[in-house]
Amino acid sequence: MSKTPINKGLTEISVLKYSFSLIFFLLFFLISPSLKAESEPAHKEKFQPGKMIMSHVKDAYDWHIMDINGKAISIPLPVIVYHPERGFDMFLSSKFHHGHEPYKGYHLVYKENQFRYVLESVDGSSFYNFSLTKNNTSIVMVSIIIMLIFFSVAKAYKRREGMAPKGFQSLIEPIILFVRDEIAKPSVGKKYETFLPFLLTIFFFIWINNLFGIIPFFPGGANVTGNISITFVLALFTLVITIFSGNKVYWKHILLPDVPIWMYPILIPIEIMGIFLKPFVLMLRLFANILAEHIIALGFFSLIFIFGETSKAVGMSVGVFSVLFTVFMGLLSILVTFIQAYVFTLLSALYFGMATEEHH
Amino acid sequence: MDLVTPEFSLVIWMTISFGALVFILGKFAWKPILKSLKDREESIESALKSAEEAKLQMAQMKSDNEALLQEARKEREIILKEAKQMKEQIIAEAKKSAETEGAKLIERANQEIAKSKNVAIEELKSQIAGFSIELAEKLINKELASNEEQKRLIENHIKDLEIKQTATQN
Repeated sequence: MSKTPINKGLTEISVLKYSFSLIFFLLFFLISPSLKAESEPAHKEKFQPGKMIMSHVKDAYDWHIMDINGKAISIPLPVIVYHPERGFDMFLSSKFHHGHEPYKGYHLVYKENQFRYVLESVDGSSFYNFSLTKNNTSIVMVSIIIMLIFFSVAKAYKRREGMAPKGFQSLIEPIILFVRDEIAKPSVGKKYETFLPFLLTIFFFIWINNLFGIIPFFPGGANVTGNISITFVLALFTLVITIFSGNKVYWKHILLPDVPIWMYPILIPIEIMGIFLKPFVLMLRLFANILAEHIIALGFFSLIFIFGETSKAVGMSVGVFSVLFTVFMGLLSILVTFIQAYVFTLLSALYFGMATEEHH
Repeated sequence: MDLVTPEFSLVIWMTISFGALVFILGKFAWKPILKSLKDREESIESALKSAEEAKLQMAQMKSDNEALLQEARKEREIILKEAKQMKEQIIAEAKKSAETEGAKLIERANQEIAKSKNVAIEELKSQIAGFSIELAEKLINKELASNEEQKRLIENHIKDLEIKQTATQN
């Protein structure tokens, strides 16, 4: 019974493969009763792809995993609120019973036009909402994962000082070098080392969050980088760093450009608008791309159920193509996740480069 | 519209999380990673440089060696040449001295020979004179008829002896 390491590796791989297909098989069976359950009360409630897609790309107070027999299974998330009169409150969102019951003077209200539940005070008074929603939880979780990844990589660098990279370190190193040599160095210029930590962080943050967005179930599935609040903060960081690192040449170019005086009233407002327009475009680009990616992926899945409502057989046959398309979209998404992280980082680096450029 | 409106709770959490991420990663991850990357690159560069230098040095050493070898070869040739010359000189000198010594020896021998010859001749002469006197006495005793004839006879004998001597000498 002596197996060579190669044989052992092969059996391990095939075991992995089989277990994967087994999981998918089981998942299919788990999902199919819920499909049945959905098709039974179909007379009452028609499948609404728009609602399904929008509620998927929106933020939520619980992390939806799946529906079994029409009952939603989800992870409740903490609600953290501060009311000027009632003070701090912190409890799990499961206390609301999916919007059916109020708790401690708050309730979840389903907004038809927003395709999501919104936290409101029962008496209508305003309060500060710090809840760890699906997106917030995802951000915190992914941030911790990023930290763990790069702490281990940093440790590997310390342990193997001066040696060639190994293992996970050698997977990450080319990407770090890519950000340093292809983005920071040519775009920022001489002072690239000042901005490199920020550029690396923003690159990996966007990329890894994008990747988690592709994963359809629990650890992923949150539409983080396709949410305007997140891209707004990212762009805000770029804006603030650009403004604070702007040197004399940069500000002179904006406030005292080398043009005749009579053009100042036109040019200076344009230049000042440009300062804010650049990060604004960054914000919109990332948001729109990732949102569109999620919507398209979900759209292909919706086709199965749209056709499945007319006839089960049509739904099944459409499902084959839908899955093929979704696989294709998934591959495209992997590319998009990288490209969007690259573009955001590259443009940020370019703005930093403009702000720190010396007169020539 | 809510799709494109930033939300308070998300903005707060995002700002805190991302700010913390930038700060912590910058301090504990990017700093050591970038530093060791830079160090490694520098060490590789310096290693390459020193390798290039070593190569140059090697080439230099090789050419030095070549020159040294050339020089040694030249020196050897010179030494060999000198040795040859010396040898020839010594031989020539030896020859010369041998010749002169030989000549000297020969001369001395000649002189000795001449000396001993003269001595012999003298002795012979005196012996011959003795013999002659003896002979003369005998002759005188026998036939001392004519004095004149006797004298001539004796002289003839001596002459004969002289001729013989010279003949043997030559």
